[in-house]
Amino acid sequence: MTDIDTKALDRELKKGSAELLILSLLEAQPRHGYDLSKLIRTRSGGKLIFHIDSLYPLLYRLEERAWIKGMWVERAGERRRRVYRLTAEGRRVLSRQRKTWAAFVEAVRLVTGDGHA
Amino acid sequence: MNALREWIHRLFGSLRQGRRDKELEQELQLHLELAAEHARKRGHSPDDARRAARIQLGNVSQAMEDLRDQRGLPWLDALTSDVRFGWRQLNKHRAVSLAAILSLGLAIGATTAAFRLVDAVLLRPLPVADPGRLFVVAFTEHDPQNRLETRDDFDYPTYRQYTNVIGDRADLLVIGTTARQDIIVGNSEPEKAFRQFLSGNVFPSFGLRPALGRLLVPADDAAPGSHPVAVLSYDYWTRRFGRDPQAVGQSLRLGPQAYEVIGVAPRGFIGTEPGRMADVFVPATMNVQALNSPGWSWFRLWVRPKPGVAPSEIQQLLQTAFTEEHQQRAKTLPGETPRDSIDAYLKERIELLPAGSGASGMQTTFRRPLMILGGLVVLVLLIACANVANLLIAQAMTRGREMALRVSIGADRWRLIRLLLIESALLAVLATIVGTIFGWWSAPFIISMLAPAEDPVRMVLDPDWRALAFAIALTTVVTGLFGLAPAVRASSFTPITALKGGSDPRGHRRLMDALIGAQMAFCVFVLFIAALFVATFTRLLNQPLGFSHDHALVIDTEARGRPEPTESWMQIVDNLRQVPGVQAAAIASWALLSENRWSGTIFIPGRPPETRPAYFLETAPGFFDAMQIGMVQGRDFRSGDPAPQVDQQNQPIAGLAIVNEAFARVYFDGQNPVGQKVSIRPRNIVYAPVEIVGLVRDAAYFAVREPMRPTLYVPLGPRNNASLIVRTSGDPLMLAATLRQQIATLRPDLRIQVGRMSGLVSRQMLRERLLATLSSFFAVVALLLASIGLYGVLNYGVVQRRREIGVRMALGARAVHVARGVTREMVLIVTVGAVIGLAGGLGFGRVVERLLFQVRAVDPLVVLAPLCALAAAAAVAALPPILRAVRIDPAQTLRAE
Repeated sequence: MTDIDTKALDRELKKGSAELLILSLLEAQPRHGYDLSKLIRTRSGGKLIFHIDSLYPLLYRLEERAWIKGMWVERAGERRRRVYRLTAEGRRVLSRQRKTWAAFVEAVRLVTGDGHA
Repeated sequence: MNALREWIHRLFGSLRQGRRDKELEQELQLHLELAAEHARKRGHSPDDARRAARIQLGNVSQAMEDLRDQRGLPWLDALTSDVRFGWRQLNKHRAVSLAAILSLGLAIGATTAAFRLVDAVLLRPLPVADPGRLFVVAFTEHDPQNRLETRDDFDYPTYRQYTNVIGDRADLLVIGTTARQDIIVGNSEPEKAFRQFLSGNVFPSFGLRPALGRLLVPADDAAPGSHPVAVLSYDYWTRRFGRDPQAVGQSLRLGPQAYEVIGVAPRGFIGTEPGRMADVFVPATMNVQALNSPGWSWFRLWVRPKPGVAPSEIQQLLQTAFTEEHQQRAKTLPGETPRDSIDAYLKERIELLPAGSGASGMQTTFRRPLMILGGLVVLVLLIACANVANLLIAQAMTRGREMALRVSIGADRWRLIRLLLIESALLAVLATIVGTIFGWWSAPFIISMLAPAEDPVRMVLDPDWRALAFAIALTTVVTGLFGLAPAVRASSFTPITALKGGSDPRGHRRLMDALIGAQMAFCVFVLFIAALFVATFTRLLNQPLGFSHDHALVIDTEARGRPEPTESWMQIVDNLRQVPGVQAAAIASWALLSENRWSGTIFIPGRPPETRPAYFLETAPGFFDAMQIGMVQGRDFRSGDPAPQVDQQNQPIAGLAIVNEAFARVYFDGQNPVGQKVSIRPRNIVYAPVEIVGLVRDAAYFAVREPMRPTLYVPLGPRNNASLIVRTSGDPLMLAATLRQQIATLRPDLRIQVGRMSGLVSRQMLRERLLATLSSFFAVVALLLASIGLYGVLNYGVVQRRREIGVRMALGARAVHVARGVTREMVLIVTVGAVIGLAGGLGFGRVVERLLFQVRAVDPLVVLAPLCALAAAAAVAALPPILRAVRIDPAQTLRAE
């Protein structure tokens, strides 16, 4: 494993799973961009960090696909925020992506697990 | 689906940029502030917190840029800004833009009009099912001059025979030629309408459904005269009946026959002959008299092979039947018929011609002329493109610094080419709009030239997707043609060349010179072809006809029922002679040049049989006087002179005849034939002897283009139609109503149609008139454009070389030297271009040879005319730049240095 470019692998994995992360975090409740980036960083123990130049383009792309929907929300005593929520279509995609991801992880486990057994 | 949704989202993103940019900024700002707040909570000072947030979160402007790219369509954004910039550029150089738009617009307009015309006459598919599987049966035949011609008219007995031959391998359809006829709807006054006979299988085979009522079916066509039913065209139903559903069931009368309207054909179907719109369709078997008449050709035979049957299979079957019939007929030819003629006769062939775009005489007559005119139009368009290209190259020179600046701030070459091409495309789009308006306006005018005014062409000219596709393709091609070269040249500017004072002007000059050379070549070519057509038309106009058509009317009359005796025809003639203003009146079986002919062979006792055919015409006393055909020898017919004919036992009865000088030259070696006897075969039945009692001057009989042919006039026999010739002292049409009324009073049962005799002559020259008029117009436009182009380049040269000319003049150069210096290169280019154009024209002369009359491509006048025109135009174009050059003040130029 040490011969492999771990940074590159990390980048690819992130790219593949970034959509899944965002959709998963929005499944429970609507959130704004900063909230999402903070949650990803804290829940991953600081291993996954989304800079704004990758987070927001991703959010906009998901919105263009109508998987999520962003809207400005104003609450008393709070700043005006753009909050994203999951759409019905997004929910279907999330369920599909979860299955695919699980199948992928299982396949990798079978390969690597057998090899190291 | 996701991709499409994303694309649409982006398109909207591109269109409402301002609002989204603001939202995006607010969102990123919020993110930063929340991050800073978070840092503050962890104990950072406000400044540190903000800095830490910025470092931690990444590049905000990069994020903005990425998001803009992702949110909109970057190429559309760039395109929009290029279009805005291009529009500003066009506005900045208004004079150049306007000149480019107008010259291109004129050429594009001519091209659009030509396309509309070619499309309407030759290309537009019939609105029927699977038009690609429709064919017209045609056959080759030797004409009286023994030239092979293709005909596509058939008689009904042949149709019956071919139906048996083909069986169920194909639909064999009878489609009558569309004829203008008197029609009486209900009890209204007679009007004119276009009638077409159709066999009952036409509508089913075409897959057409009625707009109202029902269409003709095979049962309507089953027995002769049994189903007097009619179907209206949608267009006629709209025009005549205001789309009244009650039209179905109404009665209408075509000629002597009453018909019941049973339905309306679908919208868009107006018959099968481009140039003619059928108004009323009736069953072919209602043409009762023609059904059992061999040789009475009145329709085209269409074929639609059944699925799986190849057209070649049908052609083979028809060819076999055709050859067998020819072999049978060859056996009945006179024994003295030369072997060569029999062999040639037996080699005549049947062909299946594609008819998906219809079949009409207009297609045959105008196919080649329209293609040639289309070619000339394209050359005019190329000249216009070269002009605009030169204008843009000259303009690009002045934009060298701008281009260099763009390169130095990072624009790549492709970006510059795109920028300039968009400017060109804007020019092309505007020119296409101008041109389309011009083309739309001019096409009906050109169409009016395809037919005489009394029988106008009617065709579908509605814009459709083909016209739109053509306009888009034309704009694209034109943009490439005139925009690409200047764009590539202009994009080659680099900062270093700009610092040196611009790019190599010689490089630009070479390109401009090449374009001018090409313009000259195209221009001379167009001028040369126009000269050929104008000379042809002029010679045809001046062709001696042998009779006078000024102040003369032709009144075609038709009696219903039995043939009228000569006496009753003469009674009408005598009556017309009494009308004030009538100088002379006469009658003939038909008028000369009316495109009717009766030709046959002559037998001269004591000589071998003649193979050279003669024309025959039935006339009555006073004909030559009324036609102003001079009498050379002998006498005119008198009342009671007998016509050669056969009696009831088919025995010949002798008659009298008058012949023309060509007849005397051909059959009597120029000797006086008066008093001689010859035999003719009226209707090719038996030879009947005639005595020649008069010799008259030659007169054109069938076609203006034909040489004078031997003609034998015989006394008028009983007929049910004839043409009255009336010569008047004033404008003949002023008398038309009086004459019509006079005939109607005397014989209310006669159907009459009045027209000028000169109309018959001009009808014969429609094609030549069209070619001469339009090619002259294109030639003038080509010359104008080429002159403007030449002026532009010469003027540009003078402006470029102002310093050099000033220095030369300061050193003592005289005006004539300066003028020579300015024009020397251009004289060479114009000469080379003209020579190439002329060589091309001479080569192309062969292609148009068949359309010419008494004109050859090498006629000195035809060769010199375009060269002189070009020389004169070039001199006029060169004058202002020369004057500008010689008026340069050396002192001023040197001071400027």
